Amino acid sequence: MNAPVNLQRPVALGQTNVSAGNALELRGITKMFGALAAISDVTLSVQPGERRAVLGSNGAGKTTLFNCITGDFLPTAGLIRFFGEDITVFPPHERIRRGLRRTYQISSLFAGLTVIDNVYLACRGVSRNRFSLIRARRDDALVHAAETLVEAVHLTADKDRLVGELAYGQQRQLEIALALSGAPRFILFDEPAAGLSPTERTDLVSILTTLPSHIGFIIIEHDMDVALRVVESVTMMHNGRIFKEGRPEEIEDDPEVQELYLGGGHE
Amino acid sequence: MAMTDHAPVFLNRAEQKYWFERIPAPWWALAAVLVLLPFVANNFWLFQIMGWTFILGMIGLSLMFLAGYGGMVSLLQMTVAGVAGYMVAILGPSGAASVSLGLTWWIVIPAAFLIAALFATVSGALAVRTEGIYTIMITLAIAAAFFYFTRQNYTVFNGYSGFNLVLPPALFGVNWRDPIPFYYLCLALATLSYGAVVYASRSPFGLALQGVRDNPRRMAALGFNVTAHRIAAYALASVFASAGGILLVWQNAQIAPGTIGIPAAIDVLVVAVVGGMRRPLGPFIGAFIYVILQVFSPDILGFFGFSAERFKLIIGLGFLAVVLFSPDGVLGLWDRWRSQRQRPDADDGAGGAA
Repeated sequence: MNAPVNLQRPVALGQTNVSAGNALELRGITKMFGALAAISDVTLSVQPGERRAVLGSNGAGKTTLFNCITGDFLPTAGLIRFFGEDITVFPPHERIRRGLRRTYQISSLFAGLTVIDNVYLACRGVSRNRFSLIRARRDDALVHAAETLVEAVHLTADKDRLVGELAYGQQRQLEIALALSGAPRFILFDEPAAGLSPTERTDLVSILTTLPSHIGFIIIEHDMDVALRVVESVTMMHNGRIFKEGRPEEIEDDPEVQELYLGGGHE
Repeated sequence: MAMTDHAPVFLNRAEQKYWFERIPAPWWALAAVLVLLPFVANNFWLFQIMGWTFILGMIGLSLMFLAGYGGMVSLLQMTVAGVAGYMVAILGPSGAASVSLGLTWWIVIPAAFLIAALFATVSGALAVRTEGIYTIMITLAIAAAFFYFTRQNYTVFNGYSGFNLVLPPALFGVNWRDPIPFYYLCLALATLSYGAVVYASRSPFGLALQGVRDNPRRMAALGFNVTAHRIAAYALASVFASAGGILLVWQNAQIAPGTIGIPAAIDVLVVAVVGGMRRPLGPFIGAFIYVILQVFSPDILGFFGFSAERFKLIIGLGFLAVVLFSPDGVLGLWDRWRSQRQRPDADDGAGGAA
């Protein structure tokens, strides 16, 4: 594997016995934009099936962390393992094919295609014959899988509409359907509740809590009512560093956290 | 498009129709007109106007495939057509006997397609890492380089004079340059190309290409190799351009650097934009308008005392009007006219969903 020249591995790594049991393992991840460290020395492990929230004010480096994990940016330094495999410098599509998924803070869909075609593409992306010029039959397994996913996010009635015409909340639901396609092993949710109505938020919580238990996820979410109800652990970030880790109730009660984040009345 | 807008969600019965039952009546009428045209039209219409329309339409179709489905505006398609045309002249027999190899047609034609596809793939690989205006610039640069290369290279491309007397093989004892056989040859290849693009647009590859157009970053995040898809699109589009290029050489019976110059490359863009880049029919409509203007505007201009050279002015004004008033071409105008006519019942569907 060709590591970029500026990719320094932490020295300690050679001596550490890296556990293959973690779904996701980050060691000393640093991302510099020029002289600015968007995240510095983030070390974090998540068990298979674990659900974790990453909290922090705007600019804490949460989305940058996601971009490093999915490969949209290469980290300036550090190591990323996904189910024991070093994926630090893999291109995004290789990570996705290994079962990593993400949703985007701002809906990132295919506006010129229909709902069903969006989900079908997501299913096709992680299977074979991506370059096939033969049309899929109606009884194709992937077409069926796409229809099931569309139903799971309550969009069956709109499956033949162009995505550009959907309401905002529906686009957020479709975003989740894309992340659930194929056989996801781990999902990164980037503010899935942003801009949703209270009813849609309740819907979202029910979608997240009913995910199959083997699928772990990290969720970035400003709405504590959503975030703390769907996770079993919380990582607090501040100025690009990990600042505190714990169970949801510990974090909620922590005075430092309350001062920094919960009481801040930010946004 | 408008026909599927009001389709109920579960249409299992309707979708189990045979494919030919789903083709609407206007298409059957168009097909009948095109097939029966040789019984009413004279040779000039068949060979010059319709032949040229189909050829230009196929080259425009290859641009439409890249731009409409892939979001890549390439000025390279006339050059790809030119590579295929030149290969037919170089590998097969021509008037420039000292340069042409005179090989038999069943080697020449597949080789022309293959070499043009290789050229398109390599050029595409250079172009796909750029976006928007830079794609246009780099493809224009390749087109210009190839034009000057053919003009200055005498050992292979026979330089400024190019090749004359490049004739289609007399397969089945037919002279394919006779107006009626040539018309049907063009019609058949244009129909095949059109059908291939329509079919491919709903295949996994075609859908993925449209996904790349709408949101390349998300496509990568779904497991697609975006660069490979874009390069493959250039390779596939080269097939339609090559077919057009070979027909163009046979129609003119010659090819020279002027055939593939920058003005010709821009004409292909004009044809696709005027017709509409969203659907494969667009380039053919654009080509028909372009050819009609080019053929008849000298007469009209002459009537008013202008030079026949000024027909480009008319085309340029038409291009400006289309870009200003209907960015999705003549087909876009048609779509809007239809949806306005259907507005009363369209309101019911749209109102409920909004």
